[in-house]
Amino acid sequence: MLLLTCPCCGVDADETELAPGGEAHVTRFGAGASDDDFEGYLFHRKNPKGVHFERWRHAMGCGKWFHAARATDTLEVFGTYSAQVLAPPKDLIEKIKLKRPDWEGF
Amino acid sequence: MSTRLKNGGRMIDRTKPVDFMWNGRKLSGFKGDTLASALLANDQMLVGRSFKYHRPRGIMAAGPEEPNALVNLGSGDRFEPNQRTTTTELFQGLTAKSQNHWPSLEFDVGAVNKHLSRVFPAGFYYKTFMFPRFAWKHVFEPIVRQAAGLGNVPTDRDADRYEYFYHHVDILVIGGGIAGLAATLAAGRSGATVMLLEQTADFGGRAVVDGGEIDGKPVQEWVGDTVAALKELPNVTLRPRTMGAGVYDHGYATGYERVNDHVPGDGRPRHRLWRIRTKRIVTATGAIERPISFAGNDIPGVMLAGSVRDFMVNHGVSLGDRVVIATNNDDAYRTAIAVKTAGLQVPLVVDARETVTGELPEQARAMGIQIATGTAISSVKGGKRVTAVAITPQNGTGHVTDEIACDIVAMSGGWSPVVHLWSHCGGKLNWDAEQAMFRPDGLRPPFGADGQGFVLVAGTANGYLDMAKVLHDAVAAGKRAAEEAGFQPSDEAVPLVDTKAESPILPVWTMPQVQSAKLQMKTWLDFQNDVKVSDVRLAAREGYESVEHTKRYTTLGMATDQGKLSNINGLAILADSLNAEIPQVGTTTFRPPYHPISFGAIAGEARGDIFKVLRRSPIHDWIDQNGGFWEPVGDWRRPYCFQKPGESVKDAVHREINQTRNSVGLLDASTLGKIIVKGPDAGRFLDMLYTNMMSTLKVGRCRYGLMCTENGFLSDDGVVARLSEDTFVCHTTSGGSDRIHAWMEEWLQTEWWDWEVYTANVTEQFAQIAIVGPKARQVIEKMGLDGLDVSAEALPFMAFAEGKIADIPARAFRISFSGELSYEIAVPAARGQAFWEAALAAGAEFGISPYGTEALHVMRAEKGFIMIGDETDGTVIPQDLGLSWAISKKKDDFLGKRAQQRSHMTDPNRWRLVGLETVDPQVVLPDGAYAVDGTTRANGIKNMIGRVTSTYWSPTLKRSIAMGLVEHGPERMGDIIVFPTVTGEEIKTKIVDPVFYDKEGARQNV
Repeated sequence: MLLLTCPCCGVDADETELAPGGEAHVTRFGAGASDDDFEGYLFHRKNPKGVHFERWRHAMGCGKWFHAARATDTLEVFGTYSAQVLAPPKDLIEKIKLKRPDWEGF
Repeated sequence: MSTRLKNGGRMIDRTKPVDFMWNGRKLSGFKGDTLASALLANDQMLVGRSFKYHRPRGIMAAGPEEPNALVNLGSGDRFEPNQRTTTTELFQGLTAKSQNHWPSLEFDVGAVNKHLSRVFPAGFYYKTFMFPRFAWKHVFEPIVRQAAGLGNVPTDRDADRYEYFYHHVDILVIGGGIAGLAATLAAGRSGATVMLLEQTADFGGRAVVDGGEIDGKPVQEWVGDTVAALKELPNVTLRPRTMGAGVYDHGYATGYERVNDHVPGDGRPRHRLWRIRTKRIVTATGAIERPISFAGNDIPGVMLAGSVRDFMVNHGVSLGDRVVIATNNDDAYRTAIAVKTAGLQVPLVVDARETVTGELPEQARAMGIQIATGTAISSVKGGKRVTAVAITPQNGTGHVTDEIACDIVAMSGGWSPVVHLWSHCGGKLNWDAEQAMFRPDGLRPPFGADGQGFVLVAGTANGYLDMAKVLHDAVAAGKRAAEEAGFQPSDEAVPLVDTKAESPILPVWTMPQVQSAKLQMKTWLDFQNDVKVSDVRLAAREGYESVEHTKRYTTLGMATDQGKLSNINGLAILADSLNAEIPQVGTTTFRPPYHPISFGAIAGEARGDIFKVLRRSPIHDWIDQNGGFWEPVGDWRRPYCFQKPGESVKDAVHREINQTRNSVGLLDASTLGKIIVKGPDAGRFLDMLYTNMMSTLKVGRCRYGLMCTENGFLSDDGVVARLSEDTFVCHTTSGGSDRIHAWMEEWLQTEWWDWEVYTANVTEQFAQIAIVGPKARQVIEKMGLDGLDVSAEALPFMAFAEGKIADIPARAFRISFSGELSYEIAVPAARGQAFWEAALAAGAEFGISPYGTEALHVMRAEKGFIMIGDETDGTVIPQDLGLSWAISKKKDDFLGKRAQQRSHMTDPNRWRLVGLETVDPQVVLPDGAYAVDGTTRANGIKNMIGRVTSTYWSPTLKRSIAMGLVEHGPERMGDIIVFPTVTGEEIKTKIVDPVFYDKEGARQNV
């Protein structure tokens, strides 16, 4: 059972307190988007073995959404950060690169 | 025969006899016995029949790995099937019955199955599922159902209670043998908080039985001293009778405590599920002895060698007078020595190895025990009890050279470390060819959140069989766990042990090495599921090369013991059949729990009234006391109708509708979701959320709105009211309030976080009561108005007003879900009951009647109003439902807009909403019925062109009405289509407009 630190309230939250929200940093395409853009937004998601950026909601806690950087193979958690950003923080990316030199990057 | 020895039995108290019932007979054991040891002390070796062939089966092991000795335990509300005799502590008054036989254990009709073993081979079920098709249903299934099944199903409600404990600790040690104790001491003295779980009632594990000295003391004394030292440490918790059940991601583990199974009904919870968060887990779970695969190895009296001495040392029970040992390793000689020391006979040790020179065999030789090297058991003789063994050279094919009378065969095929908990979260294993075992690969542990391994293995579980190495490994594991948990490791010394040198094991997967087909048919691998060597070889021949496939095809390891005894034997034979190496074949996946745990423990306190939290409307109690016929709606209960004494449910519904349409009715609508959306960007936000334009709504007005997902599908609907320039209240469906509030928050927090909008779910803060019907206005006026005017002119349809009604602060919405003149009035939740009663009093002269959800449904269907969950099912878009009028064409974007432009969504062949009138007005269409057009699809089924989504008897129109989604429906008004029913009739139905009643809306607009 995963344990993630909610960056909003600071609690180490059990997976049972959390609701998963899938891949993070997906760009929304709405009315007027091309078929390809919209298809990508609606259906296409990354499924890497390794570093993954995800959305989680502290549903049974403070109710806030946040982002987590996590390894899907070892379940290592590199860090959690605000949901109100378009890309992971630079220092987190540096930290992941140090731990996973062969990671392709964000 | 098996009997109690004159002396010995470290666990039992001979001064305290304990009576128990076995198959209706009164037997006696001692305090400290298990049910298994007490049965054996009474010469009850035969305890059950096997699952498939109904073979007689005896007790084989002394611990949780026991495959055969499962019984129906207890009676009445404490009855439980499939309880292991070897893990059941004896108590006064215990009752147990053997399972899986008819009419009796000794004489079982089902045993005829064993003669049918040729027709029950591996994959029997799959083969009979396939062909001939009729045979499964009419021939095989009835036979199999009759014969299959282990224990009986309990019929009474469980008398006991269960609970969870949540626990946080630095280090969790699982297994209270010498390794677990040493690791706990090393970790505990570093200052870390440590919890030690031991599945049995006593600490010490196998080492106490095997004897020897630690730090110059007998093992039992060392164990006692160590437990005492641990109890001195305030940071250490010891938990006997608690099994480490599962290891999960990020240092989460479950413990299964059997609190009072040994003293049932003492008032405590029966089982306790420990939910433990920890930084490091040390598994010191020991090893389980493997059987040897020789013909007749399932006959009662064939036992694991280690278990034979367990029963002698722990419970003072002799299993038999003449014990033949079959082995491929030195450890089994401990049993030979123990048997001989107890004054019983060991006619022969059958050792598959050519040379046997270890210290233990030499000691046995010196005691006069005869050892036959390079020898195997060809087959075991006997029916309900072993009578003799036939001996053959191990390298041969089974030619019998000798036959030796005996009543016990103690076998040891080597030891398999218990790696389950290591493996639950992905810890990897290596094959140790020298010791013939899978052992944990410390370099490939399960990883925690910090990227480090969070499970450590200690002692025998780590592949160390020598006591000195076990303790060395355990102390190191305890220190390492403490260090990794952030503590300065203690300088705890490794206890000193003088161990006997053991010769290497010889991997022996069958005896003899090459078995004839006839012997293979009698050689068991999985005793509980009756899987034999011949089955695994057949599976390999039929192309099942993956161990996971072979497992499912043969059912090897799929019984309640999950293959603890024989999985390694099975996969070794699979490897041999495939000419592959054992590590290439690999193991099946280990999953929690390690050993079955009770459903009660999993449920904990969540049963009965607190199984699920029930949400109550402010009127709940009144409804409950006034004939409310409850149905679940979301987390709520709502009344389906209000039954009067002697009235049927159907009559009640019709009465409520007629009363409301003709005069006035009262509905508790408090469960409807109410979400406040506030802020400078609230209008802009709602424009994105709803398909309609909400930003143009005037203050004081209401608008019905639709919400879609990004897929374009209709998700929720409800009325939005604008309270002030920057404040809206959004009504949602009863089941949708939490979901829609979360949906709003998701968009605000993750997409439009720079918009100034705040939401608050105030569903429970307000009672909402609908006063509905032609007399509604008169009722409200009579209740007393202060500061608001509910006249048609002052408060027109789709407007709202605030003030006091019956001296209660109120907001009255003129909205209608029935088509009648209707006011939905929101009042503070605490005043809801008072308002309800005031409305009832004021409406008495009009015969006011509360109505339930069914009347609500029928009235909305009469008006052609859709219901989320009836007309929608997650694949329906608003355009399908004729709701295009509610989709704004002016807005650049809203959630679902782009998706509704996709080709499939604009397909003219989509099924669309129509009304359905049966040609015979008395016939009500079945809900969910499909319409057909008489043609047949390529796959042979009738072509379906539509389905019923809502269907009712309308008391207003005195005929059946329905709505449905039909291909080209709106273009086919007046056409007759056909709905076949499950009974074979066809219901002819006319396609009509979905609004059946008051098409002009005159009644609600007065």
